[in-house]
Amino acid sequence: MKTSSSQRSAIAFVPADVVGLLGFLAVVVVAMSFASDRFFSADTFVSVAFQLPELGLFTLAMLMPLISGGFNLAVTFTANISGLAMAWVLHAHGGADAGAGVIILGIAAALATGAASGWVMGAIIARTGASPILVSLSMMIFLRGLGEFMTHGGDISGFPPAVLVMGNGLLLGVPVPLWIFAGCAAVWHVVMTRSRLGFATRMIGSNLEATRYSGIATTRAVTRIYMLSGLMCGVAGIVMLASFNSVRVGHGEAFLLISVLACFLGRVDPFGGFGRVVPVVIALVILQVIASGLNLLGANQHLATALWGVFLLAVMLLRWAWANGFFQSLVRRRVTASGGVTQ
Amino acid sequence: MPDLRKLGIGSIEALLILVIAVMVIGLSLTTSTFLTLPNLFDLLNQSSVNIIFAVGLLVVLIAGGIDISFAVGASVVQYLTALTVMRLGGGNWALGFLASAAFGFLMGAINATFIYRFRIVSIVVTIATFNVFFGGLMFLTGGVSIYDLPDWWMNRVSLITLKTSSGVADLALPVAVMFATVVATWFLLRRTTTGRQLYAMGDNPEAARRVGINIGAMHYIAFGWLGMMAGIAGLMQAHYVQEVVPNALYGRELDVLAAVVLGGARLGGGRGTILGAILGILLTAITANGLNLLGISPYAFKMIIGAVILIAITLSSGGFAKLVGSRFASQRVKAFS
Repeated sequence: MKTSSSQRSAIAFVPADVVGLLGFLAVVVVAMSFASDRFFSADTFVSVAFQLPELGLFTLAMLMPLISGGFNLAVTFTANISGLAMAWVLHAHGGADAGAGVIILGIAAALATGAASGWVMGAIIARTGASPILVSLSMMIFLRGLGEFMTHGGDISGFPPAVLVMGNGLLLGVPVPLWIFAGCAAVWHVVMTRSRLGFATRMIGSNLEATRYSGIATTRAVTRIYMLSGLMCGVAGIVMLASFNSVRVGHGEAFLLISVLACFLGRVDPFGGFGRVVPVVIALVILQVIASGLNLLGANQHLATALWGVFLLAVMLLRWAWANGFFQSLVRRRVTASGGVTQ
Repeated sequence: MPDLRKLGIGSIEALLILVIAVMVIGLSLTTSTFLTLPNLFDLLNQSSVNIIFAVGLLVVLIAGGIDISFAVGASVVQYLTALTVMRLGGGNWALGFLASAAFGFLMGAINATFIYRFRIVSIVVTIATFNVFFGGLMFLTGGVSIYDLPDWWMNRVSLITLKTSSGVADLALPVAVMFATVVATWFLLRRTTTGRQLYAMGDNPEAARRVGINIGAMHYIAFGWLGMMAGIAGLMQAHYVQEVVPNALYGRELDVLAAVVLGGARLGGGRGTILGAILGILLTAITANGLNLLGISPYAFKMIIGAVILIAITLSSGGFAKLVGSRFASQRVKAFS
């Protein structure tokens, strides 16, 4: 109730939150430049451009379930398993000498694996009404176990050069993974704003039962939301495979926290129903700049983990403060406007 | 079977008991080592820390929350307790329990404050505090373990020692502590009004608030209780392995959560029993033990547990529980009317 009323008004002033986030980005860049004199250089921005897509793809995978009022804790391990599927196809057909056909087959295998695991999750959530946290958690345990069982905790590496270009190459001066991410973000934006599924996602996040009673096939919509989320994990798995030149179960585990953080910093409603792709992408850039800055400052890896946690709490506290302050003035207005009608 | 429910055995518990019984019979027939006193006592010793975690987590789940930070929180408590007792010149068991329960309560209270006062979803808060606790602990300690714990903490305390033909069977202190925490949690949930209020809040927080339940106090009680149990579990774990390793409990929260949910607790609150939680832990422990004795790759274990839970969720909300539970359905209607 509280958050929904504040969010609805935020949607009305669309540019305001984007401008706010861009302002915050500028502040972060300036602060980092003062903190480290090596920060404001071309190298930093190249590294940001190469590292952003992995985090970004996970965040997109997290975004749709979050807007639908759910959660997908299995994103990182779905990506690992998709990467494994692709690695398996590549190794079964020639390893480092595999041709273009095999690479396309491998990509298809990765996407299919991601989509299949997402579909299973979505079907269970939609049909049984079980908590998405729980279903995705057990899927995560299962996928991690499956991956460890197949790889025995080791790395799989040795891929054709064409695959590595997808992770490390440049196209028109822009890293290839960034192109992939930009394409996926654009598709997500269109899905969320222009398609029936995007509309259904937001409605389900606001009120599942009301959506079902108004004639939307919620079971199918929820299944598709998680299937698309799994598909995006598949893309993330391919990009991770290409940029690390290896697949290991547990790669990118830390992205889970940061992707949740990016969504909430990008003004997705934690209770579901509201959220857009553009602010989330800006939030992603902010977080990646901070991550690269921390890296440059030589921050300890564990310290960085703790700081991400603190940052998530800080973002949620700020949102609470903002929503509450806003809410009080809104309530006064609404009470006088509605008179006693709602009572 | 009218008296099963009076004993607190619902359909999920009955199903778990059945599965465990089948597994025990199967393992006793296929392996010579499973049904021996040393193995069974070891199983109990190793499960007791998880059961202490589980009864604490159960209280939070019943109250409608979720917590994934408790296991790393317990590591923080281990460290703080070790530093405290060493600063106080050694200490003893009473001081150890007091310190770890107090520090644990503090960890829970931090979570409760964010969840209740600032209205942040509990999964988000505990993902954040999980990283703060773990990252902070690893950073501040540099990942260094503590080996020189006081003697009272390190020395094994045996409750029962039996010499059998297949080795020495030894029941250790954690089992006794486990019984104490189980009884205490049972008393809290089943014999106090606070317990009933926790169930009420988990089922419908708004309705609970309107009948006059203090929602804030309930948050602090639920998360504080889990914190206390986690602290005590941490104390027992350090006692059992005789060292404090900062990342020893990392990842334990998922095993415990999965097992408690397997035991019939519902995410979203209002449902769950202590017997179910214990059976869930025992089932996973026996599965791990059995796979080990059968010589199956330990890598397969997590995959099997994940698959079991996925299937259990599907069946429990779908048809299987209704199928099994239909026997009790008529009585349940009576009880609710």
